[in-house]
Parts: sequence; C-alpha cells; structure tokens
Amino acid sequence: MVHQYKLNGYNIVLDTCSGSVHTVDEVAYDIISMYKSSSREEIISSMLEKYGHMPDVTAEEIDLCIDDIASLEEAGKLFSEDKFEKLAYTYKNNSKVIKALCLHVAHTCNLNCSYCFASQGKYQGDRALMSFEVGKQAFDFLIANSGTRRNLEVDFFGGEPALNFEVVKQLVEYARSIEKQYNKNFRFTYTTNGVVLTDEMMEYLNREMSNVVLSLDGRREVNDHFRRDYSGKGSYDTIVPNFQKLVKLREGKNYYVRGTFTHNNVDFTNDLFHMADLGFTELSMEPVVCPPTDPYALTDEDLPKLFEQYEILAVEMIKRRREGRPFTFYHYMLDLKNGPCIYKRIAGCGSGTEYMAVTPWGDLYPCHQFVGDKKYLLGNIWDGVKNTEIQDEFRHCNAYSREDCRDCWAKLYCSGGCAANSYHATGSIEGVYKYGCELFKKRIECAVMMQIAEAEDNENADS
Amino acid sequence: MNRIKTVETKDIVKTVNNGGCGECQTSCQSACKTSCGVANQQCENK
Repeated sequence: MVHQYKLNGYNIVLDTCSGSVHTVDEVAYDIISMYKSSSREEIISSMLEKYGHMPDVTAEEIDLCIDDIASLEEAGKLFSEDKFEKLAYTYKNNSKVIKALCLHVAHTCNLNCSYCFASQGKYQGDRALMSFEVGKQAFDFLIANSGTRRNLEVDFFGGEPALNFEVVKQLVEYARSIEKQYNKNFRFTYTTNGVVLTDEMMEYLNREMSNVVLSLDGRREVNDHFRRDYSGKGSYDTIVPNFQKLVKLREGKNYYVRGTFTHNNVDFTNDLFHMADLGFTELSMEPVVCPPTDPYALTDEDLPKLFEQYEILAVEMIKRRREGRPFTFYHYMLDLKNGPCIYKRIAGCGSGTEYMAVTPWGDLYPCHQFVGDKKYLLGNIWDGVKNTEIQDEFRHCNAYSREDCRDCWAKLYCSGGCAANSYHATGSIEGVYKYGCELFKKRIECAVMMQIAEAEDNENADS
Repeated sequence: MNRIKTVETKDIVKTVNNGGCGECQTSCQSACKTSCGVANQQCENK
C-alpha cells in the first residue's frame, strides 16, 4: 500500500508494508499516483499535458521515471504486497508471556484535576494504597509469567505514587534482589504530578528509575486550569521548580514532561514551546480522553486547527534542531533505520496480554485505562488470569482485526490503535476511535517529514 | 533516479525472519498512557 502526501515543501511517498520512504519531485509524485491505474502511454500523455512546458519533462524522461518506479516495485520498496495478516493472529495467539505491569501503588492523589481519567486517582472506586505484600506478589506473578523475556517493565503509577513512596522503594529493593537469580532486567518508570518531590526522592528516582514521566500541561494558566489541589490552588509554581531540579540531576537519563491538551488549549504547541523554554527537552502531549459531552472535549471544529498545530510543531522542531537547541516530542520520535520489527507493528501495545495493570488490591486489568470497570476484571495476581474470554478479545486485537484499518496506510505505525480509546469511543475494543486516527495519521506524516529533513541536512553536511 | 530519492529505512519484510524477540518496550510504558503508537519504539534486537 502506498500513501502520498505533501508537507513542508516535500512530496512524500510511503510504502506501508516495506516501511520504505521516498521523496519525489512533482512529476514523479503524479506518475506514482497513476502508476497502478493507467498504461505507460496514458501516463506519458497526461504528464506531457501537465508538465510539457518544463524543459526537463520529455516523453523519454517520463519513460525513465516509470522505469525507476518499476525497479522500486521489483525491489519491494514500492507497492509492496501486504502479507502480514495471518502473522498478526498467529503471533499473538502463540505469545503467552507477560512482560510489563502498571502497578497502581496509590489509588489516591494530592491533586484534584477535574479532567482526570482516573477520577482523581480513585478509578471510580475507593481510595487505597498498595501494600508491600501485594506489590511483592505482583513481581512474583510477573516473573513467573515472563517466560524467557529478560527485559521486564514496571511502571509505578497512581493516582500519585509519591503518596506510597516507601512501598515503591521496598518493591524496587525486592525486585533488584531477585532479578539476577531469574536472569531478568527490570526497568522502572515512575509517573508523578511533582507536588511531592523531595531532594531525597529525586536522588532515589534518578538512581533507580529508567524513566520518569512528569505531568505538566504547559503554560501556567493552562496547567492550573485543571491541575489544582483540593483547595483549588494551581500546581504550576510547585511542580515546575521540582521538575527542573529533577531533570537537571538526572544527567541524561530518560524522562518525559507529559501534558494533556483539551478543547481549552487547542493551540497546544505554545504549551510545548513553553516546556522547551523552561529547559525541558523530552516532551509528550496527549489529547484529552473524556466523553464527548464534557465541555473540554475536543470537537470536530478543533480537528483542522490541531492538524495545523502538529505542522507548526514539526517545522519549529526542525528549526530549533538546526539552531542547536533541539527538543524531542514523543510522537515524532521515529527511527526509520532501527524501528520496531513487523511483530511489534502488528501486535500493538500488548494490553491484556503482555501488559496489565494491577490495582492496590491485586486485581488484574488489561491496562490502566480499564481499571475499575468490572467487566474487564481479568483475575488477580494470586490466581492469575481467570477471565480468559476478555483476554481473548484483547489477544484478537491487532493491526488487521478492525475492518476500518484494513485499507489504512497507517496501520503498521499504530497497530490498530488503543483498545481503551476504541472502547470509550465506540463501546467495543474492536471499534475504531476515528478522531484519534486522524490525529495519529497527521502525527506520523509530520514525523516522517522531519526524518526526511534531517536526512537531507546530514547529507548536505557531509557533502 | 533523478526524480525519486529513497530514504534509508529498515525493511519491515525482512524482520519477518529475524524479529519478534519481544524484548522491546511496551508502548504505553513510556509516555503516552492514552494512545497506541508502536512506530516510535526502539528495536532491542539490532
């Protein structure tokens, strides 16, 4: 499958199934769009009619370009065949290991953000903290179910994990004490709102956590609109200095400053630029997840504005990279040479199969976004997965399982999308959250364009 | 090819035979937590 688009002065052709990326001139762009549906003579005649006034566009030239396209097709770099559907089902059916857990160590929070998908950390339930015993069993459960996988990931999540920090430390210590024995390598992530972040905690997090995710929505007025404490006081002035100090001490280890944008700040690039101007270089910004009836839900009218924002972001990032002050944006991190294999691309995030969320009581859910929805309770960390019917639904989800994805050029970039988003938008994890798809496709178009611009800059620097 | 420039990329088709080790990061563990993107994950089996 081929996807063609024009962005930031580039004519871009993606060959979905091989992962090939081409930049072409106007003539080749039009020839490629006609290649499969027209004869050589028809293409030549059409091109001469449109571009014949240009000195380098002759019948012979067009003929050569068609030959080049045929060579790329022959080499499997253009119009390559989609042969992965069967693989998508067999791979997931045969893969029974669990390799990542989202540990909900605190179902409570010291902020009261009205837009929180987790209802201020309670997940539509009671407030609770995970005990060391429950957490320890979660690690034992993970190791017992991880097969030969060496890299295991555990995310300390909430609510706010700082409210149960002693247990976080005890669990890390426990995991480190057993990882060699089982030939495992734990990678920890800690997701925090930054309200409680002492020097001692920073030192600890920087030593033990492979990644920290720091929640900040951007500009003070944007952040403080939702991210407030129970007295109504905004969090910006507390968390920004904390995050700046933590990141400085982190000395290059992974982190993300992660925000959420809503209908209230459709100009979210200004929030990302603000984060960058605060000195943060690893950024992520996600569209809000909420019912469409919420006043801050993104609307259809917002969509073209958001497209424009993603383009503005991409162009500004190229500019800042050239100026020697780059920052990264999670969704634009695309490594065309060392990206994921086909199995990752067709299998998706692994929710409900290789990735699960654990509640403070030890219940298992397909991911953090399903926690509290009893229909999706999979089992618990003592007895394992008992609700195999629901797990099978997740096992069935892949890049090909949704009818709408079948002919979509982006399916090997998103793998069919987020099951939770599908569920919330359509009532089924097998549905398609079309709004999210539109945003996702735009982000990939921008990300690929940025890769092309960088490759071109590197080439120019070498020559 | 003077009208077409091909950017160097990983050939996805070839990874049918040498991929699938499963050691790479779970997408949601990194930063998004609310959407699925697999293309920006790093391969651990280079």
